[in-house]
Amino acid sequence: MTEGLGRYLGKKYPTTWQELPIAGIVPWAGNTEELPKHAWRTIRPVIDQEKCIRCRLCWTFCPDGAILEVDEEYVTKKGRRYKVSYKVNYDYCKGCGICAHECPVHAIEMVPEER
Amino acid sequence: MATVVEEKRPEKKIVVPRKRIAAKGNFAAAMAVRDVDIDVAAIYPITPQVQIAEKITEYVANGELDAEVIPVEGEHSAMSAVVAAAAAGARVFTATSSQGLEYMHEILYIASGLRQPVVMALATRALSAPINIWNDYADAFGMRDTGWIIIFSENVQEVYDNLIQAYRIAEHPDVLLPVVVTLDGYILSHTVEPLEPLGREEALSFAPKRPRGYRPVLDPDRPMSFGIVGVPAWYHEIKYQQVAAMRESRRVIEETGREFGKRYGRGYGFIEEYMMDDAEVALVSLGATASLVKAAVNRLRGEGVKAGMVKIRVLRPFPREELVKALENVEAWGTLNRAITYGGAFEDPLYLEIAASLAAEGIAKPSASFIHGMGGRDIFVHEVVEMYKKLMEHARAGKSARRTYFWGVKGHNPDDDQKM
Repeated sequence: MTEGLGRYLGKKYPTTWQELPIAGIVPWAGNTEELPKHAWRTIRPVIDQEKCIRCRLCWTFCPDGAILEVDEEYVTKKGRRYKVSYKVNYDYCKGCGICAHECPVHAIEMVPEER
Repeated sequence: MATVVEEKRPEKKIVVPRKRIAAKGNFAAAMAVRDVDIDVAAIYPITPQVQIAEKITEYVANGELDAEVIPVEGEHSAMSAVVAAAAAGARVFTATSSQGLEYMHEILYIASGLRQPVVMALATRALSAPINIWNDYADAFGMRDTGWIIIFSENVQEVYDNLIQAYRIAEHPDVLLPVVVTLDGYILSHTVEPLEPLGREEALSFAPKRPRGYRPVLDPDRPMSFGIVGVPAWYHEIKYQQVAAMRESRRVIEETGREFGKRYGRGYGFIEEYMMDDAEVALVSLGATASLVKAAVNRLRGEGVKAGMVKIRVLRPFPREELVKALENVEAWGTLNRAITYGGAFEDPLYLEIAASLAAEGIAKPSASFIHGMGGRDIFVHEVVEMYKKLMEHARAGKSARRTYFWGVKGHNPDDDQKM
């Protein structure tokens, strides 16, 4: 079955039209997992750990579950000690900006994506 | 005593046992797909194609053909079914006409976009409204941009031969594109003509079924996704693959037609030239209309006019180089077509492509386009002769027609077209 199919199915990740599988066939199963889920993001949230008060509102409001609560200790310059930190999972973040909008202390800045 | 001398005759090698029968175009089409042993057919009956559907069902019922016939509720489903069956690796067939073709139109692009070797017979017929069941090429010309290979047939024998070749072309690993073979509604679909069928053994040896898996197919043991979203990042490339395949198909079509001629004595090219060796004026036509133009050429030759004809057999991919070669030495050329592109620079779509092909080679010759015979209106030989004479006027004046001539319209003088 696999004999001769190579010419139509190409390499795993094509870079040219010749390498692209014929008719855009995806020649292996379960490929959705390999897709980037953030490809259309144009602005990215950046959390300022200094300003963040660990209120968890961004985590609550994020429609994609892309805000992570991680067990990472953080000490601010003023000496305040937090046991957790909030980080953005950029593999899933679509850049909608809801987190920045909801943040009561404006600790999240939306920065343009530049590629 | 008379001695009997046994004459030693050279052994005659008959490659194919010739059997001549009488058949209409519809039966020739059904016979051709029976002989190439199709696996799946999904056909919704529509005049004038109905007998193709009936005959295939009959072949399956009486055991002459071992195929799955899917009783669909419309042409959109018919084309969808054969595209899916082809994706599963089957050799498939469908047939339609006119409104049926329009109903399946969106799936036409999917058949070519998914690169499925679907073969279809199209009994050409006018498009509604007003409703009309008779022959013209409006439906076939509507397929120009669908990514299908389009082959026109001039007679019943060509319907059969073209369909056999269609499978070999469509399923070729360098092509993998759908192919449509036309037969003029009624003029070929319902007219009984002599036919030499190849028979199953020969047809299958000419267009053998390839081993499963030579092209990507739907298979539970090797799952693949067909028909995924073509995002902007890759859609362009997938379309370019189709362009490249269509270009590549020229070689395969040429080889297939030549091989057919070598085996069975009926060779096929992209175009057929009739009395073109010394022709001074030439009309380009296609389908069964070409036979009519040949008759006009015969009459004109009798009058001493050096007339010739070029028949286009393959409309897609367009036989650009062949037409340029055929027309570069005439004094004037024209087209006779039964399809209209409303509001076009010229209303005859065939003329546009030939004019562009010649212009790209820097060839400028007096030319004109003629449209007649819409909706099954008879075209008479004397009318085609008049077109040739109009063409000769253009040759003498050294000027091309500014507009397409509409011939045979009641109350309309074709010369008035030039004033509009």
